[in-house]
Amino acid sequence: MTTNSLTTSQGAGRAGDKVFSGAAMAAGCLILAVLFGVALFLVVQAIPALTAPAEDIQGGNGFFAYIAPIVVGTLIAAVIALVIATPVAIGVALFISHYAPRRLAAGLGYVVDLLAAIPSVVYGAWGAAFLAKEISPAYDWLATYLGWIPIFEGPASATGKTILTAGIVLSVMVLPIITSLSREIFLQTPKLHEEAALALGATRWEMIKMAVLPFGRPGIISAIMLGLGRALGETMAVALVLSSGVLTASLIQSGNQTIAAEIALNFPEASGIKVNTLIAAGLVLFVITLGVNMIARWIITRHKEFSGAN
Amino acid sequence: MSATVVRKRSALTKGQLPKFAPYIVLAVALIVGAAIMALIGFNAFGWGIVSAILFAVGLVSWSGAVEGSRKAKDKLATCLVVGSFLIALLPLISVIFTVLVNGIPGLITPGFLGTSMNGVTGAFDNKAVEEGAPVLGGIYHALLGTIQITLLATVISVPVGLLTSIYLVEYGNDRPLARAITFFVDVMTGIPSIVAGLFAAAFFFAIVGPGTKTGAVAAVALSVLMIPVVVRSSEEMLKIVPNELREASYALGVRKWRTITKVVIPTAISGIASGVTLAIARVIGETAPILVTAGFATTINNNVFGGWMASLPTFIYTQILNPTSPSNPEPSDQRAWGAALVLIILVMLLNLGARLIARLFAPKTGR
Repeated sequence: MTTNSLTTSQGAGRAGDKVFSGAAMAAGCLILAVLFGVALFLVVQAIPALTAPAEDIQGGNGFFAYIAPIVVGTLIAAVIALVIATPVAIGVALFISHYAPRRLAAGLGYVVDLLAAIPSVVYGAWGAAFLAKEISPAYDWLATYLGWIPIFEGPASATGKTILTAGIVLSVMVLPIITSLSREIFLQTPKLHEEAALALGATRWEMIKMAVLPFGRPGIISAIMLGLGRALGETMAVALVLSSGVLTASLIQSGNQTIAAEIALNFPEASGIKVNTLIAAGLVLFVITLGVNMIARWIITRHKEFSGAN
Repeated sequence: MSATVVRKRSALTKGQLPKFAPYIVLAVALIVGAAIMALIGFNAFGWGIVSAILFAVGLVSWSGAVEGSRKAKDKLATCLVVGSFLIALLPLISVIFTVLVNGIPGLITPGFLGTSMNGVTGAFDNKAVEEGAPVLGGIYHALLGTIQITLLATVISVPVGLLTSIYLVEYGNDRPLARAITFFVDVMTGIPSIVAGLFAAAFFFAIVGPGTKTGAVAAVALSVLMIPVVVRSSEEMLKIVPNELREASYALGVRKWRTITKVVIPTAISGIASGVTLAIARVIGETAPILVTAGFATTINNNVFGGWMASLPTFIYTQILNPTSPSNPEPSDQRAWGAALVLIILVMLLNLGARLIARLFAPKTGR
């Protein structure tokens, strides 16, 4: 039987192909394995805390009594951050995409990205040393005049190291995330829609309301969700800024705690069952942020067909 | 006889504010704002806020009176959009200013970059505050630790990240595995950094033994954060390599893996390198994962595989939270701010470097 010289194997080349594609695929699988491993190892190390007798866990009432208040604290801080950051971020995104002179826009975008480049520990230091001090007179004012609202109940913290300050610092940190994603989506608005609105005599704001915002809504929502994921998991800003304590309704008293800060503050000195408790807390945080991020990504992929060049 | 020329306003420009209207309103707002602040105690920040509000209210109501409600709404929206951009700039300026003002005294202290905290105790800090002795101690050990941990994390992340992006672009073909990887890489970018640290800690606790805290554990934690960033940026860069280049190479009988290593990657290398630099910039400032995986040290540790290790972010964190001398925290604060300044400079240099790499080594696309 004759062999066709075109199909005979050329040892080195074919082997190289196999090795290379195998390595590439292995790397991809490794990433999936790592994510799976994150979940697996957290669960394995968390189980002792979940099964331990209630009095061994800090607080003495079992794991769920321990984790519930700090989950609520985490949510409070994240909600404050989003309430502040979302309108500002959308405004900034609109400014860069539709208001700023075309020539300046790229540079201004870079300036906002600088906010994302500053390390979180520096934000924490800034919040603790500068913002908390400057903002505490405002808390006094809030406690005096709006104290009848439960969230502004006095007496205000004298140091300003409250969950509201932590939330403000967090809002600065999520701002660039929401801004850059919304900016991308605003820039993808079909030019024809915008020009049609302007040609009908719409003002710039009416054009944005009619063409840009409806088109960008799914993008804005997923940007907010991604910002939420970041705000939930951010550690340093809260660990340095907040003087933590029990769960309190008032945002301007010291108190409350978030999962991430609780772990950072206690893990280095922890031992025994305390380590497992903190890892279990990390697992809770992981599940929450994973859920938020998956919903955000799902919204983005679902709307992928509509965005882009059509 | 001199005729006076009477300029009539064109019917087209009727019902419009004159071009200089915003400047007039701005001037009035600044003056009135200054007057209000003079009554309740002057400070520049409050003056800016009050003037901005007065400006917006003044311009919108004037426009509403002359131009009608639609134009007024447009003006209001413009004011809000520009205002939000200015608000976003405030923290940036404030952070950089605070770090510069507090950090420069620390940075220019002799020996700050060249000495570690080995042997520097609270007694020295008390002396520095009470008798004006020089502030001892520096960030040399932390700087070394940061460089070693980040370097090891880069060595782990870049091959894995680059190979994954090659799989996604060259071999994936939208297969279920490729789609799953893309989705989970996106999800991975959202993992809280402290959870990545806990994962690395839990992993090494289970494999090596409880309480294992070394630089290598921190490097693994940082790679978990770094890999998705490298994958995303490299994937984008490989995607924009023109298909004609690949086809030309195949037509010459070159194998696929040779095509990738000799044609595709060299074309995209500038983008990949700049993406990797940005990824390094992202993880070099991470504090939480290092805190739970490498502990803190006050001495130089050159072995990433053994013993606790210091890093710049954890140095800042511990100096602020647990000052070396609890009764006199000022020297610790000074060192922390100095370290923060060094860290920001590092991050900015990396960002700048990424831009330079992208520009200098970009392939010639012109025909």
